[in-house]
Amino acid sequence: MVDKLLSVENLKTYFPTDEGVVKAVDGVTFDIEPGKTLGIVGESGCGKSTVGRSLLQIIDHPGKIIDGQVHFQSESAGGLVDLAQEKPGSPLMRQVRGGEIALVFQEPMTSFSPVHTVGNQVVEAIQLHMDVSKKIAMARAEELFELVGIPNPRSRLNEYAYQLSGGLRQRAMIAMALSADPKLLIADEPTTALDVTTQAQILELLKTLQKQNNMAILMITHNLGVIAEMADDVVVMYLGKGVEVGNIDDIFHDPQHPYTQGLLRSIPSIYTEGEGRLPSIKGTIPHPFNRPSGCTFRTRCPDYIQGECNTAIPQLQTVGNTKRTVSCFKVHPRKEEVAANG
Amino acid sequence: MADVDTKTPLLEVKNLVKHFPITRGITKRVIGAVKAVDDISFTIEQGKTFALVGESGCGKTTASRCILRGVEPTSGEINFLNRDGEIVDVTEVPRAPLRELRRDMQMVFQDPFGSLNPRMSLLDIVGEPLLVHGMVDVQERADRVAELMRLVGLRPEYMRRFPHAFSGGERQRIGIARALALNPRLIIADEPVSALDVSVQAQVINLLQDLQEQLGLTYVFVAHDLSVVRHISDTIAVMYVGKIVESGTVADIFTNPKHPYTSALLQSVPIPDPRARKARFVLEGEVANPANPPSGCYFHPRCPNKVEKCVTEAPQLEEIESNHFVSCHRAKELDLQGLVASSK
Repeated sequence: MVDKLLSVENLKTYFPTDEGVVKAVDGVTFDIEPGKTLGIVGESGCGKSTVGRSLLQIIDHPGKIIDGQVHFQSESAGGLVDLAQEKPGSPLMRQVRGGEIALVFQEPMTSFSPVHTVGNQVVEAIQLHMDVSKKIAMARAEELFELVGIPNPRSRLNEYAYQLSGGLRQRAMIAMALSADPKLLIADEPTTALDVTTQAQILELLKTLQKQNNMAILMITHNLGVIAEMADDVVVMYLGKGVEVGNIDDIFHDPQHPYTQGLLRSIPSIYTEGEGRLPSIKGTIPHPFNRPSGCTFRTRCPDYIQGECNTAIPQLQTVGNTKRTVSCFKVHPRKEEVAANG
Repeated sequence: MADVDTKTPLLEVKNLVKHFPITRGITKRVIGAVKAVDDISFTIEQGKTFALVGESGCGKTTASRCILRGVEPTSGEINFLNRDGEIVDVTEVPRAPLRELRRDMQMVFQDPFGSLNPRMSLLDIVGEPLLVHGMVDVQERADRVAELMRLVGLRPEYMRRFPHAFSGGERQRIGIARALALNPRLIIADEPVSALDVSVQAQVINLLQDLQEQLGLTYVFVAHDLSVVRHISDTIAVMYVGKIVESGTVADIFTNPKHPYTSALLQSVPIPDPRARKARFVLEGEVANPANPPSGCYFHPRCPNKVEKCVTEAPQLEEIESNHFVSCHRAKELDLQGLVASSK
């Protein structure tokens, strides 16, 4: 058995607001092995970004991790630590954040400071994690820019974010994230704001860097194509919960949860012309304060079982002898007699 | 609607050009131009869907807005078949008759959050085009709005609510209802589903297709998501830096692309199937600046198939097969890869 780099168990991050508690992440469990890619896929508001931010303890106010464990194999701590127990400002957290776990944001325009050169920003990141002079840091920044494929790295270092195109900005962002040689890179919608040809470039770059550095990637995206391209394992999230977790081939070719099935069916095929209607998931994503009781997907589910799905919350359970887990009463009937009949 | 020969194209765009001037100083001296749309031509048949695809900044949105003169074109002809069966050049129509003509052409916008006024109720939003075009009776308007809401799958009881009470998909339905208010024949939909989640996106695509069938609509569909484009369109034009580089039927463009850019675009799309993973060809470089495009063929700095001629001479859009237009010097000799499903 391979040692896990990161193991998240039943993570819950809630946002208490005046109107009520938003359960952004409401029980997510997954593992990441060194050098592998885990994809988290889900629609807007499902909490996938909050998962990434929870791992680094940079949750927006008033969000808080209220339950669960984030076990991380940390070098600076010399072993397994539970990041969920750390305070956001603790020395260990500051070493891990940006050091051992780095983050690439979605919006490369707003995630850089507009009033500092990109070079200075990368240098700042390097000096935060390494005790080196500015000169050495600058040389390292130039190396990093070259590594991520930015042409004329030396002159680009002296430019401001607005002078770089979207693709170059995202490369600079990746360079910054790589500055301390992280073991895990969290990529939160890293290509969503980019055009397809640039997206292909960035995805290739991430794959190459992953191989070179034996770095694990947590890929957070709503784009099933990107997931299929990149991930080894997938977590499908719906309304804060992981509803299906498994390896990439199982998820795409033998989805078990009705939500995963619906999601995959609703993408039009690029291989064929449209014949008739697209299968779609009925209804819309419920409001955070108005989540259905029982299984949160039941109001949109084609396989809804009256008296089952609305009364109890399904838990993630393994399917057969595989490592895949699904939370659905259709797959794992609650009562023994139902199992016998079905 | 008068009897109109269905064979006549609804819209014929000829040599459409839109340049945005670049000015400097307080005298606003013109020092150059962004060639957003640089001499493009296409035709759209009645009841069909025509898609304009390309990457951001290629001019697809500007081109679509020129059609109804939301953006005033610099030059070119836009011949539109009006409901009386006459062909009118939209660019020549004076202001007052243009308003009348715009009953026939309406827009659906990309951002369902930005395109609806938060201070107006649904009744006001969907009813506004009716009011503008002279339906002053409140009750009559409310009836029509209710009818439109049912048509797009919203409950008419909600017409006194405001946009914030609706989700993205529902808001997009409101935008569609507003566009349909005046019984248009041409709908220009600028990225109508790209802001929506996958599960909701399919619903809106289905709605657009149902409406097309019911009302005989013609669509200009501006999009960058190629799988959606393949599903919904009949013909496609691929744009690159203000020019159409290739146009043709959906099948031609996807399975038998003749322009290297089209092929590269198709290869870049991540396929939602892990078994289709392969080492793919990745297009190098970045989109050219439309204010300062390269010499010759605009695509040559990124093109893997370029020859000397491409650097010096700009290719023209030529019909190389029936209804398949390509602007590439090497269109006939190149053997480019299209998208064919891998054997499953």
